[in-house]
Amino acid sequence: MDEVLLRALTPSVISVLGHRGVDFAAAEDAVQDALVEAIRTWPADPPRDPKGWLVTVAWRRFLDATRADVARRRREEVVDNEGTGTVSAVDDTLALYFLCAHPSLTPSSAVALTLRAVGGLTTRQIASAYLVPEATMAQRISRAKRTVSGVRFDRPGDVATVLRVLYLVFNEGYSGDLDLAAEAIRLTRQLAATIDHPEVTGLLALMLLHHARRAARTAPDGSLVPLAEQDRGRWDTELIAEGVEMLQAALVRDRLGEFQAQAAIAALHADAPTAEQTDWVQIVEWYDELARVTDNPVVRLNRAVAVGEADGARAGLAALAELDASLPRYTAVAAYLHERDGDPETAARLYADAALHAPNLAERDHLTRQAARLNTRRRC
Amino acid sequence: MAKFLLLKHYRGAPAPINNVSMDRWTPAEISAHVQYMNDFAARLEGTGEFVDGQALAPEGTWVRYDGEGRPPVTDGPFAETKDLIAGWMVIDVDSHDRAIELAGELSAAPGAGGAPIHEWLEVRPFLAEPPTITD
Repeated sequence: MDEVLLRALTPSVISVLGHRGVDFAAAEDAVQDALVEAIRTWPADPPRDPKGWLVTVAWRRFLDATRADVARRRREEVVDNEGTGTVSAVDDTLALYFLCAHPSLTPSSAVALTLRAVGGLTTRQIASAYLVPEATMAQRISRAKRTVSGVRFDRPGDVATVLRVLYLVFNEGYSGDLDLAAEAIRLTRQLAATIDHPEVTGLLALMLLHHARRAARTAPDGSLVPLAEQDRGRWDTELIAEGVEMLQAALVRDRLGEFQAQAAIAALHADAPTAEQTDWVQIVEWYDELARVTDNPVVRLNRAVAVGEADGARAGLAALAELDASLPRYTAVAAYLHERDGDPETAARLYADAALHAPNLAERDHLTRQAARLNTRRRC
Repeated sequence: MAKFLLLKHYRGAPAPINNVSMDRWTPAEISAHVQYMNDFAARLEGTGEFVDGQALAPEGTWVRYDGEGRPPVTDGPFAETKDLIAGWMVIDVDSHDRAIELAGELSAAPGAGGAPIHEWLEVRPFLAEPPTITD
């Protein structure tokens, strides 16, 4: 069964029900039921017209859910009058993205709702990807739907809210059977096909450029491989080429945003045949651009690393000294720069300290290993 | 979207305000306490933030490997162990602030006399998956 096709059809099936006068919450529930049914029955009995099948089943589910005869008759009249429609499926899909990323939703609710209504994933799949019980995820989604129930379905919103949600899904990476990064790319591609906006293209380029490194990013034992040590032969050159081309198309439009700037940095890394040949001077310049369009302090932390590579560890440490030491990963950056500055003793101590405050297991193990490496070398 | 462990201690936490051990409560007070905990978990399921909740028996056994082909060595329970975990709740929330807010509510569970225990709970973030985008 083509589960990706099934997912891709989801927004348009929701919008068919929407045009029949069904409100978003009920339409989304009915389509979810149809998806679960499709996953169950399609492998043995694939339909000739998948979209038609989904519309029929979802519509039947909706009618079953709303027993009132009067309402049903009224809606059947609507169906009779249903023409080819004046609103295109593309506009409907776009409206759905905006609704699911509405600013009144918390980030976790927006992510869950987007994955279900736009992504066509089942509640069970989303719950397992985020390692929470299915009942919890079901409640998160139904609360999110109640929150947006008063929002008009047809009004465009701020595309930045949608991009933020897709970025969150991508950055969550891979923590279960479901490949969230690949799903985020699919949804961003679909968004890019419905709206012409350089930041959408920028985010898609950023995702492709990072996804291209995926195979090289972890060792067989699951440990993190830092960018400088990655086997660049394992980078996906096709994805890189596509990402770079997209980025260039976005940049010529001269409406820079944070995702284009981040993608530019990723592209410069992708462009270097070896870590030593990285154009750090240009990367610093892009971090400066990035700092101009976003006030995220993490950007300045990453910039300090780049300055350390471009102008030497001393310059990097000087850039670091201007930042708040309580920033996440500040100590890890300080450790790295001190090692480059020829002070393994300080570096080892800072690596060990950074490991204590690491936000995830892979980073903690990596930092502990760095401290151990320096401590072992000093004993020899 | 971060998971936190709300940890409840039999021993090892600072003394709560309403510091009467549970065996001195009335049965109705115990029922009210259990009901509060169940309602809290149900409410978090309703808000889409509940992951898991478990209680542990106070008795445990220490176990260690004793070499190839030999049964493991067991010992304990050790009455003198300083810290003793009573149970936990795992939540999945949008921010650290929200985790603190919920732990505060959980700490208000009623004890003796029906008044809040003001029990100290430990809030520990989970170490999760690393993010994809780091440079």
